[in-house]
Amino acid sequence: MLKDTISPRDAQWREALRKEKTARERSATPRVKMTELAPDYRVTCNEEVNCGLSASQAYTESTRCLDCPDPQCVTGCPVGINIPGFIKNIERGEIAEALCVLKETSALPAVCGRVCPQERQCESRCIYNKMKKEPVAIGYLERFAADNGVTGNEPERPVANGHKVAVVGSGPAGLSFAGDMIKRGYEVTVYEALHQIGGVLKYGIPEFRLPNSIVEREIDALARLGVKFVKDCVIGKTLSYDDLMNEGYEGIFVASGAGLPRFMGIPGENLIGVLSSNEYLTRINLMGAGHGGDTPVPAGKRVAVIGGGNTAMDSVRTARRMGAEKAMIVYRRSEAEMPARVEEVHHAKQEGVEFMTLSNPVEYLADENGKVRAMRVQRMQLGEPDASGRRSPVPIPGAIDEIEVDLVIVSVGVSPNPLIPNSFAGLDITSRGTIAVNDDLRSSIHTLFAGGDIVRGGATVILAMGDGRNAAASMHQQIQENSNR
Amino acid sequence: MNKIIAKEHFSENVVKLVVEAPLIARSRRPGHFVIVICGEKGERIPLTIAEADVNAGTITLVIQAIGESTRKICALQPGDYLTDVVGPLGRATHIEKFGTVVCAGGGVGVAPMLPIIQAMKEAGNRVISVLAARTKELIILEEQVRRWSDEVIIMTDDGSYGRKGLVTQGVEEIINSTDVDLVVTIGPAIMMKFVAELTKRYSIPTICSLNTIMVDGTGMCGACRITVDGKTRFVCVDGPEFDAHKVDFNEMMMRLRAYNTPKK
Repeated sequence: MLKDTISPRDAQWREALRKEKTARERSATPRVKMTELAPDYRVTCNEEVNCGLSASQAYTESTRCLDCPDPQCVTGCPVGINIPGFIKNIERGEIAEALCVLKETSALPAVCGRVCPQERQCESRCIYNKMKKEPVAIGYLERFAADNGVTGNEPERPVANGHKVAVVGSGPAGLSFAGDMIKRGYEVTVYEALHQIGGVLKYGIPEFRLPNSIVEREIDALARLGVKFVKDCVIGKTLSYDDLMNEGYEGIFVASGAGLPRFMGIPGENLIGVLSSNEYLTRINLMGAGHGGDTPVPAGKRVAVIGGGNTAMDSVRTARRMGAEKAMIVYRRSEAEMPARVEEVHHAKQEGVEFMTLSNPVEYLADENGKVRAMRVQRMQLGEPDASGRRSPVPIPGAIDEIEVDLVIVSVGVSPNPLIPNSFAGLDITSRGTIAVNDDLRSSIHTLFAGGDIVRGGATVILAMGDGRNAAASMHQQIQENSNR
Repeated sequence: MNKIIAKEHFSENVVKLVVEAPLIARSRRPGHFVIVICGEKGERIPLTIAEADVNAGTITLVIQAIGESTRKICALQPGDYLTDVVGPLGRATHIEKFGTVVCAGGGVGVAPMLPIIQAMKEAGNRVISVLAARTKELIILEEQVRRWSDEVIIMTDDGSYGRKGLVTQGVEEIINSTDVDLVVTIGPAIMMKFVAELTKRYSIPTICSLNTIMVDGTGMCGACRITVDGKTRFVCVDGPEFDAHKVDFNEMMMRLRAYNTPKK
């Protein structure tokens, strides 16, 4: 798995480093605590909540890593980062080199170090879990290396291989794909429908969790490697599939992401003041509503966010920062079943968000102007486990409360973006509206690969990036085979 | 960045801009719209396309200044730039030979109607256009509409031009004098609502083109959602054209008022 790396385990320096400290010394060190902005301060602004590790914190944490002979953490990473390889570079003080190791497999380390659910991935496989100790803070260290390893040197441009590929969508899947293909020598052009590059990293994830300047830096790094970005271009509309083929692209990777927000289909859902989380977050994050942009956004004093995922947490914490006096999560299951990251739930609670679990809205009520003024909430209890293995919520007969609200943000999931499925003839679409692909992420159109939410329907940044990486490998193989014929 | 090539004032608050956008000029079809941004911090504003010139690489937009952002766009001069223009968006109009098609346009709704009139005529339909506005100076694109229509009726609320009366009166007279196979209506929501109610009484299939509040315009935010036949639909990707007899116009008009109170 870790063959082609600049930081192999049998490198002399790593062998020497392993001998510097005993495993007992390493494992006796407690896991580092991330410094965070104080909750009462951070709800007044949009500043990043997690402050990052200091150099000494990062060093101490890096010494905790035992540099295992068979590192399980790597198997938990969707893009297969050489985790001990970058951590040991931090330990020996080679931060720029640590970043180079990260960039071998990840186009967006500063993003992943912030938004990946490490507790369910790499860190969940850390040997320390078996030793009943807290895992190495891989995510914090990744962020440290990504933020501090930038040298400013112009990267070496890969040797061109004479082949052209196109990417539809500049979110995590598209950027990951672009990074891998440019390194293989392809001419890569990324088409983005919006007026900014970055997809969900820009319009979705808020500044206080992932600053736009960080996203810009990662995009800039790709641009300096030679990736071309075309914004304001809707593939399937501005340019057709045939237009792309006429441009000479030998492969297209579609990573057009999640689209249509889901609603629950309950009465009053189209009232003024009931928005999807996509709309709410896009107005604020992408359009700058409330932060000097011309775009307006409703300012709720009593805000209900419906749902229990990360997007719901982003929305409710944003609402607090936009001045909500009461910001509630309304979730139909209990907190144990919430899909959001534990850290996000924890941060939300610190910021004064109320959690109304085992509650499901059944109707929104309007004032005389058609603006939402209250919601009727059905109280639930947990029944038998459902198909997802989680105990399914069932209504408690007659237990319905009316709760005053002036803004409702519906965050119950998204359907795939319909633009590409609607406009590419011969493309097989699943019953859920996603693009059907095989194990190599190839669609029914031979030259077209797809990944991320347009295939998954709604997942995480890192799974999208894993798809980008896998699609790049598959497309590369296909183009090589074709040109060797 | 898209350059403004030419500008014309139709009236004090209605402006025609010819904008450089070669890819959109080539790929747009009747019924499509674009999203325009004016200024680095500008809003994304959906605007319909009135005309396009593939050779010149330009599209023509007609904008009515109704809010801060549209006023900013209307103030642009030839040589200035729009920060972003993206499109064409939405589904194109379904064009075929229906027979007799009545095109009822109100106010700036005549702008997106124009390419539909032209395409309907080219498909072999007999096209009767009804242009309506409050007063004479708000009747736009009359000459272009006449070029592609078999007959044109002009209605003004104050009788300052054409005939005095509402668009529905003009449409009803046509219905009473000839067989109408399809009505297309574009204009203020209240106008489309009344046209739809009228044609429903006569059981004449009717298409409306809706201009709702949008943010991204690409099927992501859901700001543009409306109810059609009891189901939620997104104007940006499912529309902008719908069966006018099935649209919940009252809800749509309510939603259009979402941001009427000035922001802080």
